[in-house]
Amino acid sequence: MDAVLDNLDTFRQGFVTTLALTVVSAVLALALGTLLAAMRVSPVPTLRAAGATYVEVVRNTPLTVVFFFAVFVLPQLDIRLSFFVFAVIAVTVYHAAFFCEAVRSGINAVGVGQAEAARAIGLTFTQSLRLVVLPQAFRTVIPPLINVVIALTKNTSIAAAFGVFELTAATTRLANANSNAVLAIFTGSALCYLALTLPSGFLAGRLERRVAVAR
Amino acid sequence: MTEAVLYDAAGPRGRRRILVGSVVGGVLVVLVLGLAVARLASKGVFEAERWQVLTRQDLLELIGRGLGATLRAAALAMVLAMAVGGLLAVARLSRRRWLAMAAGTWVEVFRGLPLLLLILFLFLGLPAAGITISTFWALVGGLTLYNSAVIGEIFRAGILSLPRGQTEAAYAIGLRGGQTLRLVLIPQAIRRMLPALISQLVTLLKDTSLGFVIAYAELLRVGRNAVEFLGGPYSIPVYTAIAVVYIAVNASLSALARWLDRRTRRRFGRTVETSAADEAA
Repeated sequence: MDAVLDNLDTFRQGFVTTLALTVVSAVLALALGTLLAAMRVSPVPTLRAAGATYVEVVRNTPLTVVFFFAVFVLPQLDIRLSFFVFAVIAVTVYHAAFFCEAVRSGINAVGVGQAEAARAIGLTFTQSLRLVVLPQAFRTVIPPLINVVIALTKNTSIAAAFGVFELTAATTRLANANSNAVLAIFTGSALCYLALTLPSGFLAGRLERRVAVAR
Repeated sequence: MTEAVLYDAAGPRGRRRILVGSVVGGVLVVLVLGLAVARLASKGVFEAERWQVLTRQDLLELIGRGLGATLRAAALAMVLAMAVGGLLAVARLSRRRWLAMAAGTWVEVFRGLPLLLLILFLFLGLPAAGITISTFWALVGGLTLYNSAVIGEIFRAGILSLPRGQTEAAYAIGLRGGQTLRLVLIPQAIRRMLPALISQLVTLLKDTSLGFVIAYAELLRVGRNAVEFLGGPYSIPVYTAIAVVYIAVNASLSALARWLDRRTRRRFGRTVETSAADEAA
């Protein structure tokens, strides 16, 4: 227990980095993912194909491999950035594919009858999307989006292996320095992660049930 | 499939616009790719000599051994996670409150933690407690803990997706709880969760690459070792080859999952859905 209390500062430093990495990457990945989802439902074939290819390639590639390309390959091309930025790039590129799928499944979850009715009363493509489909899709899509953010939060831990001093890296360093208190140290950092993931998970679950009742 | 309803079949003007959009979109995509390729080419990435390294017999053998190690860890972890996950699902559906709550806590905790933290805990924590553990077992153990929680939830969703009449009918003909589960519910639920299980296997297979961190000699680690031996200029060919191996294995499994999903839906109505979030983690 003392090992945790004595090193609260290291923990805090790691926790803040994890948080920063999560927030920056989540915002960027959500933007890229929404763009990809728009491409995938658009009537333009080349954009659909490009979006589909991106998603198919990325979601069958391990995040660690994406990190490899960011951290070891980009410097080969004389692109030199800090490890934090490399980590943001890798996490963003990877999770954009999953945000895209979550948004797309949200759009698809809106009943076909809704879109048909919108078309039947003469709304145009933009109108039916803006006034009928998206407001409903937005509600159903929030819980899955939160779940992807949770997955992203956990996945930022992989940045520890690529030079970013976030919570998992802090844990490893402390565990190596205090071999008599490894359990306490890991418990401390597990609680930090759970403090981020569990409340979001409960929130997602509650929203999901509320939306389900509303339908 | 809302998108087909969102717009009418295009008329002549609409088709023209779509064509223009296609061309513009295509040009944009080509432009982005072209810039990347130009950048790569200016660094000599496309020189034939660099890619010839992939024809080296010893490198190919190394990659083959790495793939073997990856598949071994994935297969063992999948079997163990399914066994633990099955127990968790049964426990969570049990009418004994304490058992259901214990299983629920297990699921929430292990699903809420980063897999890497679990692997590192086994790898650093057990030796500190005087138990030696190999990198293989640290990886398999971490994967099992994490995936047992996810797979337990897939099992539970599969059983809960069955109509209540199934349970009621089983009780009505005098089966007990365990018999109902074993003879009536599980055989039907398995069909519905098979596609989700295969998707989870893809996720698990991707996650074996975390073995890289604790230096288990799986696909990614052998790739890294090879590049350290050959030199930085060979990183792109070698890592591309590794990525292609992962994508080939996982895309075939994903395709199998999709095919099974369509077939099961057609024949038996429903399947357990996987979420984008579970595939990401």
